[in-house]
Amino acid sequence: MTLWGYIRPDGSVGIRNHVLVISSVVCANEVTSSISNSVPGTVYVVHNEGCGQLGIDYEQTLRTLIGFGRNPNVASVLVIGLGCEKLDPRVLADGISSSGKRVEVLVIQEEGGTIKAKEKGIKIAEELVSEAYKMKREPIDLSSIVLALECGGSDATSGIAANPAMGFVSDYVVKAGGTSILSETPEFIGAEHILAKRAISEEVARKVFEIVERAEKSALAMGVDLRGTQPTRGNIEGGITTIEEKSLGCIYKAGKSPIQGVVEYAEPPKGKGLWIMDTPGHDVQSITGMVAGGAQVVLFSTGRGTPVGCPIAPVIKITGNPMTYEKMRDNIDINAGTIILGLETIEDVGLRILEELFLVINGKMTKAEALGHREFAITRIGPTM
Amino acid sequence: MKKVIVMSELDNVATALESIDLGEGISVDIFGRGWELKAKAPIPFGHKIAIRPIKKGENVIKYGEVIGVATEDIDIGDWVHVHNVASLRGRGDLIEKERRG
Repeated sequence: MTLWGYIRPDGSVGIRNHVLVISSVVCANEVTSSISNSVPGTVYVVHNEGCGQLGIDYEQTLRTLIGFGRNPNVASVLVIGLGCEKLDPRVLADGISSSGKRVEVLVIQEEGGTIKAKEKGIKIAEELVSEAYKMKREPIDLSSIVLALECGGSDATSGIAANPAMGFVSDYVVKAGGTSILSETPEFIGAEHILAKRAISEEVARKVFEIVERAEKSALAMGVDLRGTQPTRGNIEGGITTIEEKSLGCIYKAGKSPIQGVVEYAEPPKGKGLWIMDTPGHDVQSITGMVAGGAQVVLFSTGRGTPVGCPIAPVIKITGNPMTYEKMRDNIDINAGTIILGLETIEDVGLRILEELFLVINGKMTKAEALGHREFAITRIGPTM
Repeated sequence: MKKVIVMSELDNVATALESIDLGEGISVDIFGRGWELKAKAPIPFGHKIAIRPIKKGENVIKYGEVIGVATEDIDIGDWVHVHNVASLRGRGDLIEKERRG
């Protein structure tokens, strides 16, 4: 199948052509969503951050928002700021525009309030949309795809069926010269030795142990049983007993490829192949980090069923639980429950996911896209000041 | 016969691929070596059943790896879950207990 995408000024390849309206601070959220809702063809990102943040926490927020704007699925960007916030909307815009795409900035205090800012923002957004509609898809190669791997609402079928089938697809994309990102560090606890063995160097192996130790220590420092949150209540009902069991099932989604390196939250992988990103187990925060790191498409396995999407990247939902598929067909793209029922092999389902991935790259809407699921959340490090 | 899946030949638990009632017969297949056993408890879909006896303090093995430790003696056919298995990782509660004496 020929794959088609939008080739961006920096050579990266988009599989969507979104005009993104993005707020630099929580105080600009209302104006941001309001402008986007008035202009069909735009998507928006709002969040609770952008002010009262210190050091690496502030830098992480800025990196995440810049990463979203730079993501190749985005054609152009309108940044909305308030005017007095810590996260300067012009710094955000500069970080995005170095990718060569058009970025406009609107500052509410400079425009004279909500109504004036909205009026001007709608005009700018309309212009960006009409420009974006002139861009055409061109043939692209699978090697330009960055895949985000996510699992959420896991149950016993995730590790047995959905994740191994997803792993088949990840290995296929990596072998074709593409990139794949495995995330959710707390869900490596108890399986880190297996990942470390697959690292391409001692240094990468050490880094894997390091991020897992950091995640585990933060639970130990709180003096609580990690089981209060990992595995989750739903995981336990679904048959997962301990974090170790959850982790061992989780890592199947990254197949068998060697691990090239470890990147920070929202940091783009430094080359092709399989990479690890240090993110929390929180699905929306984890997806946000990987998409900010450049992933154009997300494979998401779920046992219990979850509707989560992303504002700018299609999320393909796969369940290994045949009952969940029947119950939540509206939300699930791929039924991998056939593996549990003995009707298909892991490879059979892997090939079906791959075919769906190609269709989605070429423009087919995922269930999460069609339903308007656009969840977004940035992970926090420090306290708010 | 109800179906369960064993992920590695090292495992001492299997996962139920359908709901199993108390006393129901189960056929276990460990990579070509099969036997039958009876469920000593109802086993919900996706939950684990012991296929070997596991003594209190012994590791529970799935995927050929340690998923926790048995907190009581577990018999063949028993339901294996949070009531008789404890995680060995991220146990801030144990450190807190030790600190308090």
